[in-house]
Order: sequence, then structure tokens, then C-alpha cells
Amino acid sequence: MNNAASAVPVASAPPLKRSNTYLVEGGQTLASWLLTTDHKRIGLLYLFSILFYFTIAAVAAALMRLELITPPGDVVSSETYNKLFTIHGTLMVWFFLIPSIPAVLGNFVIPMMLGAKDVAFPKLNLLSWYLFNLGGLLATYAVAFGGVDTGWTFYTPYSSTYSNSNVITMAAGIFIAGFGTILTGLNFIITVHKLRAPGLTWFRLPLFIWSLYSTSVIMVLATPVLAMTLALMALERIWGLGVFDPKLGGDPVLFQHLFWFYSHPAVYIMILPGMGVVSELVTCFSRKPIFGYHFVAGASVAIAILGFLVWGHHMFVSGQSVFAGLVFSFLSYMVAVPSAIKVFNWTMTMHRGSISLATPMLYALGFIGLFTIGGLTGLFLAALGFDVHVTDTYFVVAHFHYIMVGGMVTAFMGGLHYWWPKITGRLYPEKLGQLAALIMYIGFNLTFFPQFVVGYLGMPRRYHAYAPEFQVYNVLSSAGASILGVGYLLPLIYFLWSVKYGKRAPDNPWNATGLEWQTPSPPPKHNFENIPRVDKMPYDYSPEAEERMVHG
Amino acid sequence: MAEARSDLAEQFVEMPQQREASVLGMWTFLSTEILFFGAMFMAYITYRTIYPGAFAEASKHTIVLYGTLNTAILLTSSLTMVLAVHAAQENRSNWVVRHLLFTILLAVAFLVIKGLEYHQDLSEHLWPGPHFKPGLPPQAQIFWFLYWSMTGLHALHVTVGIGLLSVMTWMARRGRFSALYYNPLDVAALYWHFVDVVWIFLYPLLYLINRSS
Repeated sequence: MNNAASAVPVASAPPLKRSNTYLVEGGQTLASWLLTTDHKRIGLLYLFSILFYFTIAAVAAALMRLELITPPGDVVSSETYNKLFTIHGTLMVWFFLIPSIPAVLGNFVIPMMLGAKDVAFPKLNLLSWYLFNLGGLLATYAVAFGGVDTGWTFYTPYSSTYSNSNVITMAAGIFIAGFGTILTGLNFIITVHKLRAPGLTWFRLPLFIWSLYSTSVIMVLATPVLAMTLALMALERIWGLGVFDPKLGGDPVLFQHLFWFYSHPAVYIMILPGMGVVSELVTCFSRKPIFGYHFVAGASVAIAILGFLVWGHHMFVSGQSVFAGLVFSFLSYMVAVPSAIKVFNWTMTMHRGSISLATPMLYALGFIGLFTIGGLTGLFLAALGFDVHVTDTYFVVAHFHYIMVGGMVTAFMGGLHYWWPKITGRLYPEKLGQLAALIMYIGFNLTFFPQFVVGYLGMPRRYHAYAPEFQVYNVLSSAGASILGVGYLLPLIYFLWSVKYGKRAPDNPWNATGLEWQTPSPPPKHNFENIPRVDKMPYDYSPEAEERMVHG
Repeated sequence: MAEARSDLAEQFVEMPQQREASVLGMWTFLSTEILFFGAMFMAYITYRTIYPGAFAEASKHTIVLYGTLNTAILLTSSLTMVLAVHAAQENRSNWVVRHLLFTILLAVAFLVIKGLEYHQDLSEHLWPGPHFKPGLPPQAQIFWFLYWSMTGLHALHVTVGIGLLSVMTWMARRGRFSALYYNPLDVAALYWHFVDVVWIFLYPLLYLINRSS
């Protein structure tokens, strides 16, 4: 019984070096990693890959912030600046954020949370990684040799007719990587349906699974539309004419509809997994069951469904009918309901909990605050009148960075710290971890809060020069970005350090209840010695269970 | 039974679980495919609604004989595919191979006819661009852009299907399928029916606009 296992004080004995871990079993050669079908190893392969793309995209962001310290365009030309924000947008969205929590943490923990030996289709899982990197390398090639200047949205007719940059190579990269994403989503869906341990019913699933399941549905249903839209755009570019071509009676706004039909749900690919991580962290570090389990689980599904119905709010100024605008505005407000349910339920979970401020919890708290700001400003933008005022200003930039960086990246860091002992079998230095979380929080707010103000005052996005009265906000923002940079470098350094020098981690360092903690750290190749049975709700942090935990 | 056990991949506990997983996996993949084609159908619906006249006129230049012939061929190939699965369920491996070969033959016939049709379309200057057939409204080029992209993508799927069915034939010849284990065949059949269903939508939309008038 798994709950009995957690009560046995295995954690108190110092863990010994074992050879039956997934890091040793199955070989330690490079080929054994590149040809692995072990979901845990594939998760790590994704971690290294996204770090590579993140670094390129972060350097592009740093150069932009450098340019924006002074009002005139003095560091880079306007053309180079266009290429920089395109690098930043495309790589961060498709090659960092979308795979971040799902493909790294999801791959690593989903099968373990389900009590399974692997995902449903392990070879397909490896294929996903190769497709992802083939796409990623094409995209890297496109930006390294010539660049792309369309922005990550590829609006026609600029992308299909006028841009003199590597649009087709970039589109091909995203197209191919998209199939990697689809196959990952497919794998997770089938795994959750078919590989749950005995007794693990749908309403005993951890909330991380619910959010990743919802994410996977979006991946499977939205990504193909993007693939086809980019293909049509590329065909139009090659052919010299096409379906979005006004010369023939085509409509460029159709491109925007199709693009946002994918890209708005994709925004939820970039936040739902973060919500899943936070649900795990808040319960564990408050030592309380989640408040309103069914509502939090249902909210994930609701967000996934509503996400498909709100794309028009990106197009309030693109020439859609007033009626369509009103409907999309209303539906966008609806998204606030499940999002608020989550925030309130996390808060209620903490209420009268026994809260410990370990590093993962600091990130979870940061997430709740930053997501709330990002979400509420999202409501501003869903309002037709206000949106018209701030369209294409830094207000929008600040809003989605609060969601994507303040939300998703913060949750990713929280999850990475939380599962790091399981992944590597080592503990990271706790004090440094807390310090880095704090630095990141301060740096993030200093970078992006001034952008709300400057955007509201009317500074447009995507220009390398700006009016002098905006300078003070931009200097604040650039200063914040450098602090944020330190906040990212610090974990990179101590994580690497901990792999060799960190203290050996016990099997369950957080005394958490999830199945992934009821197996050794790092886990054996097939995760469990015996397939666990589940007979209770997740997050069983009852006072009695705590008592057992403490007294053995 | 020893044979059946070796077909069980290590991540599964029992055969029914593996079979359900692969079938559900293919259905999920097909839902992706529907949305993949869906973007094109959306473009088609949009422009046909805006330019009904131009689309009807452009559609009259498609070769309805070839289209109809191919519809019949593809529908028949779905039948032979079902028969192959059925033969596997009844342990008649010889018939699995025969039905699969017949399915492949029909698929190849489809592509050959499609090739003849493409050739004739090209000789009538129905390729959109500066040399497009004169006398048609400009929006007719959008129709033909969609015609080439949609049938081209479909033909690509037929080609992939031929590859898939060839692998199935090879596996069937080696006696891999039985009433106890025919997962891959079942999943390949699902894919093949999907290719057929897409054509059932393409045929009226592209070939049969206002044919009676």
C-alpha cells in the first residue's frame, strides 16, 4: 500500500548510492540517451533543449532592453530590432514556453503520478523530441542566417508578400515542431486514459494531471490549425498568390482568424500547466488538502474549452463586426470565472494551513500574485473600449508577460525545484533557492510593471525608438531585466552544482502524498518496484497523516 | 498464448489495455487531422460564401468523370480494408494479405487517375498564377489554389496510407496477425477510412457545385 510506504521512516536513514536508477539503468552512453524511450530521460532531453532556445531568446530580449534604455534608436537599426523581437517571440513561445512544463516536468512526473511504468507510446515520445529539435534547429538557422522580421504572429500580407527574410524556413520549423507538440499531447491523453494505476479514478487524479490533460487537448486540437495556417501562408509566399491575397479577392483578416484560433488556446497551453504545478505546491507546503478539488479540476477543463471561443479579442481593431467584438468580449470575460476559482481555492487552501516558505512555495506564492495581476489586466483588455485605447502598446506586452513569465516561468521554476530531488536524487541549496526566487520576483516586477504605465500613456510596442518622456519607465524596465537575468542565472549555477555536490535527497523530502514520491529518488527505470494501488483522494494532508509522518 | 504475450509492450499490463490505447491513440490523431484539414475547409467555406458565382464557375472546369471514378475506387478500398480486418479476426491470414493487396492496388489506381487529372488540369492552365486560364473571374484562382492544396494534401495522405498498408501486408505475410492480436491492422484501417472520409467531403465541394445549372 502506498500510504503505508509513506509512513515508514525510510526518509530518516541516509540514502545510499544505488545503481538501479533510471540514470544508470539502460546505459550511460550518449547513444543510450539519444535513443532512450524512458519518459524520465526524455524529460531531461527536453530540459536541455529548451535551455538552449531560452538562452538565444533571452539574449535577444537583453539586446532589446539595451536598445530601449535611451529614446533614440542608437544600438541597433530598426530592421535588426524587428528581427530581435521576432527571435524573442518565436523561440520563447514555441521552443521554450509551450514545451517547458508539459514536455519537461510533464514527461517526467505524469507516468509516476499515475503509477505507470511509462507513457502509452514511448517511441512516439522520443519521436516528439526529435521533431521538436528538428523544428527548433530550422528556426535557429532562420534567425542566425538572415533573421525573420515579421514578429511571432506572421501577419499577412507582410509575411507572405513583402518581408525579405527567412519566413519560410521559420514557418517550416514551427510546422515541424508543432507535430512534436501534437504527439506529446496525444501521448499524455492516452496515458491518462489508459495507464492509471488500479484504484486511481478520475477524481483521485492529482490536479497537475487534470491541467496537463486539458493542455494536451488544446495541443491536439489547436496546433494542426496553426500548422495549416502557416503552410497556407508559406504556399502563398512561394506561389506568389494565395488565399489571403487581396489582389484575388482574398482576405488577410482570415489569416488572423485562423492564427488566433490556434494562438489564443496556445496562450492557455502556456498557463494551464503552471496552474497544475501551483496546485501541487500550495497543498504540499500548506499541509492541507486542496480546497474544492472538483472545482479546481473542472476549472482546467473549462479554461481549455473557453480558450477556443475567445480568439476574436486579439482582433478588436482588425475590422471585425461590432457584434462579433461584443460576443468575443463577453466570452473573454467568462474565462475570468474558472481562473478566479483557481486563485480563490489556492488562497483558501493556504488559509489556516501550516505554511512553510520553502523555495517551491515562494514560487507558488509569486505565481498567485503575478497571475492575479496578469489576469485582471486581461479583463481590462477584454473590454472593447479600453482595448482599442491600448492595442499594440506596452500595456499588452506587460499583460502577457505577467501571465507567461510571471505565471508560467515562475511555476516552471517552482516545479523544477519541487521535483529536482526526484529528478537528480540531490537536494539544491535551500537558502540560495529562496534568494533566487526573491530576486526573480523583484526583477520581474521592476521589468514589467513600468510597462503597464508606459503602455497606458501610449508607448507603442515593436519600435526601437520612442518619445523622450517615456525614458524613465524604460530605464526602470531595463534595470529590472538585468536583475531578472541574475535571478535566472543563479538557479542554473546551483542546480548544476547540486548534481555533483548537493546533499543526497531522501525519497520524499517534502513529505508529499503524490505517487511520484512513493518511489526512490531517483526512480528506477520502470518507476515502481510494484505497481501501486490507490484508495484515497490526492492531497491527503490530514492531521492524522501528518502525525504518522512525524512519528513514523 | 506465448505468441500473444510477446506482443505486449512493456508499459502495458494486459492486452485489452494495449489495444484500447492504440485505438484511442489513432482516434485522437484523427481529431488532429480533422483540424489540420479544417483550416482549409474554413478558408473554402469563407470564400465560397463571399464569391458563390466565381466558385461555381471555377468548379465547372474540374473533371467530374475522374473525380467520380476516384470516389468509387476509394469507397471500394475502404470495403476491402474492412474485409482485411475481418479476415484477421477470423484467423484467415491468407485473406488478410489478399484484401490488403487489393486495397493497395485501389489506392495506387486512385493516385494514377489523380495524376492523369492533374496533367489535364495543367494543360488547361488551371494552375493559379500569371498564366492562369483567361476568362475566369480572379476569385476562381482562389478556388483553384484550394483545389490544388486540398487534393494535394489528400494525395499525400493516400501515399502515406500506401506505405502504411504495405507494412501491414508485410506483417500479415509473416503471420503477425491473429484473432488475438491485430492492433496495428485495426489502427491502420481507421486511418484509411479517414482518408476516404476526407475525400467524401472534397468530392462534392470541389467537383459538384451547381453542376445541374
